[in-house]
Amino acid sequence: MGRGRGGTDLDSAAVGGPPDGSPSGGAALRVRGLVKRYGPRTAVDGMDLDVTAGGVTALLGPNGAGKTTTVECCLGLRRPDGGSVRVLGREVAGAVPDADHRSAVGAMLQDGGLPTSARPLRLLRHLARLHAAPRDVDALAERLGVPAFAGTSVRRLSGGQRQRLALAAALVGRPRLLFLDEPTAGLDPAARLVVWELVREAVGEGAGVLLTTHDLDEAERLADHVVIVDGGRAIAAGAPGELVAGASASVRFTASPGLDLAPLRQALSEEVAVAEPSPGSYVVSGAVDPQVVAGVTSWCAQRGVMPQALSVGRPSLEEVFLDLTGRRLR
Amino acid sequence: MSETPAPVGETPPGSSRGPSPAPRAAPRAAPPGARVLAQARWEAGTMLRNGEQVLLTLVLPALVLVGLSRTTLVDLGLEPGQRAVDVVAPGVLALAVLSTAFTGQAIATGFDRRSGVLRLLATTPLGRGGLVAGRVLGVLAVEAVQVVLLGAVALAVGWSPEPLGLLPGALLVLVGTAALTALALLLAGVLRAEAVLAVANLVWAALLVGGGVVVPADALPGPWGALVHVLPSGALGEGLRRASEDGALDLPALGVLVVWALAASLAARRWFRWD
Repeated sequence: MGRGRGGTDLDSAAVGGPPDGSPSGGAALRVRGLVKRYGPRTAVDGMDLDVTAGGVTALLGPNGAGKTTTVECCLGLRRPDGGSVRVLGREVAGAVPDADHRSAVGAMLQDGGLPTSARPLRLLRHLARLHAAPRDVDALAERLGVPAFAGTSVRRLSGGQRQRLALAAALVGRPRLLFLDEPTAGLDPAARLVVWELVREAVGEGAGVLLTTHDLDEAERLADHVVIVDGGRAIAAGAPGELVAGASASVRFTASPGLDLAPLRQALSEEVAVAEPSPGSYVVSGAVDPQVVAGVTSWCAQRGVMPQALSVGRPSLEEVFLDLTGRRLR
Repeated sequence: MSETPAPVGETPPGSSRGPSPAPRAAPRAAPPGARVLAQARWEAGTMLRNGEQVLLTLVLPALVLVGLSRTTLVDLGLEPGQRAVDVVAPGVLALAVLSTAFTGQAIATGFDRRSGVLRLLATTPLGRGGLVAGRVLGVLAVEAVQVVLLGAVALAVGWSPEPLGLLPGALLVLVGTAALTALALLLAGVLRAEAVLAVANLVWAALLVGGGVVVPADALPGPWGALVHVLPSGALGEGLRRASEDGALDLPALGVLVVWALAASLAARRWFRWD
């Protein structure tokens, strides 16, 4: 599983991070060793994270992995207990960023944060006034379909309408770094496409984006860099394709949990590994060839076990993610 | 299959699309004054559009004004020759300030805190300081509207204030607003939104009846009448009545309000939670 991942960043470093003379030197966000504790609980435990200017980093992780806390530390909403957070070339850990700095950073928070009695267009106009050179509010609102609900108070908007308004609020100041905490949760497919299009546009103009999501499809489509987090730290990082390519080919199937794997290991060559990463889900990985596949199915046949969802090949990003973070619910 | 994840690289990852486009000019915030004014406008507009707020800040004070000036339901402790409206009108202005600066602000801030509005605004160029400044200015703007409208009603029902009292009155309203807004933020920043709603309304009703706002301290029973002078509500009410009656600045009342403003601001700074 670890094969091919360590070198990823070094390989791509020659291409990315252009020395463009800006103070950030190509890095929109650089987090090293971030620690945040809530009382006895450590929510973020040595997080490392990078977002390049003009790049999208997706932060993937199960609930409670520390994604939102990380975003909040980067935004100055929480004071880290340790580590360094450089936003657009400036250290923000333990400091309140100044107004120009905040103008260069856009945020879409998970709880929305939109005033419930506000009318959408009035709110966007107000937020635009806080910036020296905001985007054209009407054009932005039009793109996100805000005029259709311009006169409805936030409290009466649907979840998807609220998400679109929150994205417009994050984009209105033309940020160079954009934090999107689950931007497409609850959106219908058409609205999701509009959101992706706007994010790509901002990226095309040189903005860096940190995206947290549960949607692996979204991560694969939008992100050029994926960081998988669990237990408050990054446990793997790389381009989506590299994360998947780094995982060896495998035979996967599900069956009743707790099968005795020792006979299977004996039947197969020593170059493959057999594991049950979560109850009932089996992975045979390594030098997978037709002999290995035949070995697995005949082992199943001998035992009278019907292998469900039998698949051979490289795992999807979702499978890589689940193998790394475990499948138990938390 | 090894489960050892790769370490995260020390160098920033690059995109596979080649060099990023040339950087744009860095976004700038609007000037500080413009930001605070924009927020004040937003806050005042939001307060004046909210039906419950208008009921609390304009309709109820107007009813109290007309009701107490025209009837003798409540013993105002009038001296011989004193007219009810001259005692009630400045008290109603104090009530209006209490409604907007304390009850209205506490409720609005409590719910904004719960729905994450305070957090979101803290990430915009406005920031936390700008948010507080904008709110206080917004409160003052609404109070100006209240003073004009309620003052006009009071004059219409016969209020004849001492014109010299305008300046001391304005000073007391200013300092009283600082004290009451700080108390509102303290309440909203510590309790849950529903509790804020309940406490802020309860305090409003209690102070209306016995807080020295509309009913003068001297008309309240015994030791309570004396105690009321050191409440922000009593100090504001007594101070405004004094200004309206003979145009003088009630220094003890001003002192009480200054102390409340300082203490409540310090406490709010210390205990206010943004989320």
